[in-house]
Amino acid sequence: MTRVFGHYCERLPDSPEFLIIGFSPGSIPLRQRWRNNGLSADFMADYLMTFFPDDESEESSAQRQAEIKSAVSYIANELLENAMKFNDANSNLPIGIELQLHEGSLTFVTRNTISREVVSEFERYIERLTSCDPQELYIEQIEKSALGDGNGSGLGYLTMMNDYAAQLGWKFESIEGDEGLVAISTMVRLPV
Amino acid sequence: MTEPASQEIRTDDYSVTYDDATKTVACQGSLRLSDMAEYKPIVELLERVSEVEADGITLDLTELEFLNSSGISMLSKFVIRVRHRKTVMMSVRGSQTIPWQGKSLKNLQRLMPTLDLQWS
Repeated sequence: MTRVFGHYCERLPDSPEFLIIGFSPGSIPLRQRWRNNGLSADFMADYLMTFFPDDESEESSAQRQAEIKSAVSYIANELLENAMKFNDANSNLPIGIELQLHEGSLTFVTRNTISREVVSEFERYIERLTSCDPQELYIEQIEKSALGDGNGSGLGYLTMMNDYAAQLGWKFESIEGDEGLVAISTMVRLPV
Repeated sequence: MTEPASQEIRTDDYSVTYDDATKTVACQGSLRLSDMAEYKPIVELLERVSEVEADGITLDLTELEFLNSSGISMLSKFVIRVRHRKTVMMSVRGSQTIPWQGKSLKNLQRLMPTLDLQWS
């Protein structure tokens, strides 16, 4: 079974410039590993700046650099937080984040594993994300969460879409030999 | 209603302080906590601040370098609590040199149209 939602590009042109960071889900509690998300996201952002050199003759160049760095750090952190938070505790498969450089855009792909039991709930959320006006959905989510103590703001994807003009896509794949788990790839394309 | 004295939460990564004299909450550093349980001490501080006797409350974010979406959710709820007071004005101070703020702070104004967003 393979299902694709949103702007998931199966045939992304190969980029010679990419960075992949992998994590093996160990026995260390999520809370102790949490700091790694921010460190990895900031590292990706710092590393990427080598490819966007500061042109000192242009005043706007430094500002553009700062904007790209901040966007990469935000998006990579949100994607890693999601991948870590929703990864199934029984899965031994690695969690990964990849950043690719393309002409005019950056593409992020995270890979993690979720339980088959939560697939339909996640699919319903994705369907709302891809069919509703994201600006309206953003306000709706906040007003709704302000009424209760519900965990998970659901704002990560929406801020990427609204505030960073990112395009999002998802791929769900069966895992051979393990009926209880589904592999999720989340793709975010950021125009730069 | 009891007035909260000035108070603060400080860690290596961030600080959240409330100055009662100026009715200002300032968030500094990098806020990337994992969930609402982790954000709870800050949420409780903000809830107390949202109830102070004041004509106006200021949220100073000019030194908040990073905020994850859980943190955005927390600050949004704070703004909604102040909005419910109806008679209390809300100001938010942002920094033009911190890129995420230019992208995301306008959303607070969408939640509370009378919110005064000040840039420095």
